[in-house]
Amino acid sequence: MRDVAIIGVGQTKVGEHWDVGLRHLALEALQAAMADAHVTRADALYVGNMLSGELTGQEHLGALVADFAGLRGIEAVKIEAACSSGAAALRMGYIAVAGGMADIIFVVGVEKMTDTLGPDATTALAMAADADYEAAQGISFVALNALLMQRYMYEYGYRRQDFAPFAINAHRNASHNPYAMFDFSVTTERFAQAPMICDPVSLLDSSPICDGAAAVVLAPADVACTLSSTPVRIAASAIGTDALALHDRRDPLVLDGARLSTQRAYEQAHVTPQDIDLFELHDAFSIMAALSLEAAGFAERGEGVRLALEGEIALDGRVPIATMGGLKARGHPVGATGIYQIVEVVQQLRGLAGENQVVNAYRGMAQNIGGSGATVVTHILERME
Amino acid sequence: MMNVPQNWRLNQQRYRLVGEICEHCGKRIFPPRDVCPECEAPAKTPLQFSGRGEVYSYSTVYNSPRGFEEFAPYTVALVRLEEGPMVAAQLTDVDADQVRIGMPVEMVTRRVQSNGEEGAIVYGYKFRPVVRPAAP
Repeated sequence: MRDVAIIGVGQTKVGEHWDVGLRHLALEALQAAMADAHVTRADALYVGNMLSGELTGQEHLGALVADFAGLRGIEAVKIEAACSSGAAALRMGYIAVAGGMADIIFVVGVEKMTDTLGPDATTALAMAADADYEAAQGISFVALNALLMQRYMYEYGYRRQDFAPFAINAHRNASHNPYAMFDFSVTTERFAQAPMICDPVSLLDSSPICDGAAAVVLAPADVACTLSSTPVRIAASAIGTDALALHDRRDPLVLDGARLSTQRAYEQAHVTPQDIDLFELHDAFSIMAALSLEAAGFAERGEGVRLALEGEIALDGRVPIATMGGLKARGHPVGATGIYQIVEVVQQLRGLAGENQVVNAYRGMAQNIGGSGATVVTHILERME
Repeated sequence: MMNVPQNWRLNQQRYRLVGEICEHCGKRIFPPRDVCPECEAPAKTPLQFSGRGEVYSYSTVYNSPRGFEEFAPYTVALVRLEEGPMVAAQLTDVDADQVRIGMPVEMVTRRVQSNGEEGAIVYGYKFRPVVRPAAP
């Protein structure tokens, strides 16, 4: 197996792009990544996306994006794994390069969610859950997270406002990220007054519905240094799964898929949680951030929220999270999110994160979660000296 | 949006809470999956659940997915059935602010989803607080 490196990254601003369609979003991110890597051709293109068919009536994104990116003829497919589609596509690209089947790979994650009305997006997102036994009962995706948060508060004795540090941290970091959707700050007071979406999940616990695309270029690590002045090594790439439905989990408050995924990643990279300088986790809802911190070994069971309350998730904390805004404030264009996380870790490791720079960032982890925790994709990236 | 064959296939689960029991380890399984999630043995023996359980967690949905608009706002819950497994469902016959974790509930059959003038009306399980028999 060969070592794999990222030699180029690109992203579009996350937001409501009324004037840009799905294919052009993907194209913009991909072209930025190609320019960053100084390459124009690849052996294959993997497109991470969840909802293009449901929300824009367009499937078959592999060939479509390849064609419009001037890559007609190339091997190209779409990869779908709910909200973890982006990172899952990267994992496929990683396998191709690591296994020697390809040298240069383009991976782009893209999602276009604002062409339809809110209830359509709500209905579409529920497809990440169990259609027969969750969605069929009218349980929206937010509701699944609300069920988790309610139980978490009950078991560990937290109050709703104890979750505020997640939103405050994410919005503070997003305000310095020109690609982030939100640039307003959140205070404890503002968090307390946020409108309720699905009790106890409020608007400020939730990531927004939005559009965006992000892309990376992969190459074998041994040639990466000749192609790029700032390559980043993929030290680990792992997927873990769990029961799709929340009610089928061993214990809903333990993300077994995340535990397995990070465990595999730590083993591949020969590291422990203490060796991770920053962690781009899947804060689609603040409860998910708490459960991820616990599953990845940064906090004991029930202590994820405490870690945030103690300020350890800040840029200078023990485990900086959402360093460029996270899903909460950079935005969560679902199938693109996993690649945004990777792009942001690369920015940190290159020392190009500006105001949000984590000092001496050498090793970063990104974790992209599909559904309420059924697919969890973890990557660990390292600076190449 | 539930279509007719999809709904018909699930009628034993929707109307009667029929799951399975693993003959090997005794685990009671709902929804049915034919393979025991505990010991991985084949588990195809049907078992009808009592429909009694208690609320493990709950929430109120204000912005419903399509097909559920007429019920919004409605309360959803994870219910721990007395036989062990958990089921996700709406609560009914109860005010949202009266729901508590640990509250005893029982299954009832209700209209769950409607799909416009032409579409099928879907019936299925919801859970309500256990109705105590009146004192003699």
